[in-house]
Amino acid sequence: MKVVLRNPRREVEVAGGRRVKDVLRDLDVIPETVIVIRGDTLITADQMVHETDTIELRPVMSGGRR
Amino acid sequence: MKCRKCGGQAAIELRRHNAAFCAEDFVGFFRNQVREAIRKHRMLARDEPVLVAVSGGKDSLALWDVLIEEGYRTTGLHLDLGIFEYSVESRAKCEAFAAARGVPLLVSSVAEEVGAPVPIIKQVTRRPPCSGCGLSKRYLMNRAALEHGFSVVVTGHNLDDEAATLFGSVMHWQTEALPRQSPALPSTHAKLVRRVKPLYRLSEREAAAYAFMRRIDYIVEECPFAAGATSIAHKEILNRLEDASPGAKHNFLFGFLDRARPAFERAEAVALTECVRCGQVTTGTLCAFCKLADQVKRAR
Repeated sequence: MKVVLRNPRREVEVAGGRRVKDVLRDLDVIPETVIVIRGDTLITADQMVHETDTIELRPVMSGGRR
Repeated sequence: MKCRKCGGQAAIELRRHNAAFCAEDFVGFFRNQVREAIRKHRMLARDEPVLVAVSGGKDSLALWDVLIEEGYRTTGLHLDLGIFEYSVESRAKCEAFAAARGVPLLVSSVAEEVGAPVPIIKQVTRRPPCSGCGLSKRYLMNRAALEHGFSVVVTGHNLDDEAATLFGSVMHWQTEALPRQSPALPSTHAKLVRRVKPLYRLSEREAAAYAFMRRIDYIVEECPFAAGATSIAHKEILNRLEDASPGAKHNFLFGFLDRARPAFERAEAVALTECVRCGQVTTGTLCAFCKLADQVKRAR
């Protein structure tokens, strides 16, 4: 399956057929730091993703020194 | 995972609330949190005109969306920082948002006001870029509010921003900064407008989810100068704590606001005067903004 990452935008291939949280752990991404997008909806960490899926892990962090 | 409210498929899990919501019910939850923030700190009066500082990012546009939906009379204020393509896109996002909703947007350019855009200010001052940028933003927000007759500026600072700022202040024991950290800063001078942060109860991730669910087109790219900023490092540390112990960020910030902050409030107030040049509020003779503008002028 395909995972879209941002800043800079890039794509990686990882194994599907497992839960979102397993994909996040594999990529060393803390769940609190992203929203997970599949198509036009957000999905939770317990949902299954499949080999044919594309998901985007969109970072939520912003800002400099305020 | 099921939505806490309707039992349908959840779109987002909020571990610190031990809850999950579908898109529709999450939007309701988010707006409730904003309403609660405004109510608790008496941030806004129902009928007063509100100036919303918008960067083009998820937080400020999500907040503007909520305030419009709640029926507030809002005007956006975008400060064009002059940071290359990033600023061009940020401004375009704000303009598109305002046009689509038929709400007014004021735009002010840092390059015109200070004499140079943020990248040049960075070179001239030899300080971290966020330093001159933040100073200029606070000054220009307040001045724009005064000039256009607003008595309050609303900013999109969220729970993560506030917790990271608090963490930074505590790490260096900047005790003078602690009483100034508040979701609602009152006006302490006739020329200082109130500053309020109605998103302080909501995390960065929640703001991003709200913006996504509301189909708000915001700038996802980070500011090119943000990499290496201390606040980002602090946010990363806090997110690791949050991952290990959901609610850590909330407890850190809210514990401070409820129990620790009063202890740092000093009895004697800082004496405020007006800058001899621009007339805006300062603690010295010439304000920090005018000093910065002088520094830029000398270097060019």
